[in-house]
Amino acid sequence: MTSKNWKLLTNPLNDENPITVQVLGICSALAVTVQLKPALVMALSVTVVIALSNLIIASVRNTIPPRIRIIVQLVVIATLVILVDQVLKAFVYDVSKKLSVFVGLIITNCIIMGRLEAFAMVNKPWESFLDGIGNGFGYGMILVIVAFFRELLGSGSLLGYQVIPESLYAFGYKDNGMMILPPMALITVGIIIWVQRSRNRKLIEK
Amino acid sequence: MENLFNLFVRNVFIDNMVFAYFLGMCSYLAVSKTLKTSLGLGIAVIFVITVTVPVNWLLENYLLKAGALKWLGPAFAGYDLSFLSFLLFIAVIAAMVQLIEMVIEKFSPALYHALGIFLPLIAVNCAILGASLFMQEREYATIGEAAVYAFGSGFGWALAIVLLAAIREKTRYSDIPAPLKGLGISFILTGLLAIAFMGFMGIKI
Repeated sequence: MTSKNWKLLTNPLNDENPITVQVLGICSALAVTVQLKPALVMALSVTVVIALSNLIIASVRNTIPPRIRIIVQLVVIATLVILVDQVLKAFVYDVSKKLSVFVGLIITNCIIMGRLEAFAMVNKPWESFLDGIGNGFGYGMILVIVAFFRELLGSGSLLGYQVIPESLYAFGYKDNGMMILPPMALITVGIIIWVQRSRNRKLIEK
Repeated sequence: MENLFNLFVRNVFIDNMVFAYFLGMCSYLAVSKTLKTSLGLGIAVIFVITVTVPVNWLLENYLLKAGALKWLGPAFAGYDLSFLSFLLFIAVIAAMVQLIEMVIEKFSPALYHALGIFLPLIAVNCAILGASLFMQEREYATIGEAAVYAFGSGFGWALAIVLLAAIREKTRYSDIPAPLKGLGISFILTGLLAIAFMGFMGIKI
């Protein structure tokens, strides 16, 4: 693994994070983070779709006429998403129900279109594949952090198992029901951005 | 009639696309810097959503749903093509956006220039595809209901982006901690707006 390829994998985790820096793919990031399990499934699905679509588009990039490239990209993405959707329905039906329309919305997840346009159209297949994996992980990382705090503080559990001991509840500790509601997802992401930018000063907007 | 009005109000305030489902967040955050452009994008979204959802409703009910092909004869009643819905919906949206763009350019150049680059961008706005997918999930009975639902959702989205843009214009002169400037504060503002909109949830319609 050369250092350039390594950068493709690690840059999206911090300096070029798809959610907190590039502002891509936010819709799904917020909606599926009430619990950790759907968030993990979503992160994995998006990583698979983005890596494979990057690979496919990069392999045929020289034969796509520029005028119809958006349709070509959408068809490739939609086909991959249908595959993912069918696999989820077959193996983890309860999670697939919970994700509802958001599996379909991977098609319009702007991370995927964004990476195809910005990277896969002008780079070789292997590099594009790595870029896809890196961006998928960068996206998944934020999803998991948000879901971790929302599930822990909102329902006192992680991955469905209760982690906050009963004795604490006996002392009068209560789950914060607000964390489960949509607005707190936005505020949690806002705080993550705040923390990240205070540690990484070059990301601050003028 | 009353029913349809309730459906409209419900989709603007209670099931708001942005505040309850986070759809179309990317363009919502990227384009809400000034009031004028956000108004343009809002109108374009209302327009495209109101056209595409009824078209997709027709597709869903006469082509894709289990047993939807009955009108071709009893031999077709057993088909279930719903696994194709993502592909067809996105194709309809992309085609519709292209078509609407050409029609507007021909008949109303002024509107065309006002909407500018927003029209092509809308094809990948998740609020549009999301509206079609929710239409599929909630199984609206008539095309009229689907159209009113679509108009309501689009209107709710436009309302949300205009609200945020107005607040962001005001905060330009506020003293915000540097790492929170721009994106961070927009997230928190949207969160606060969403909390305000949750107040509508108590309304029984």
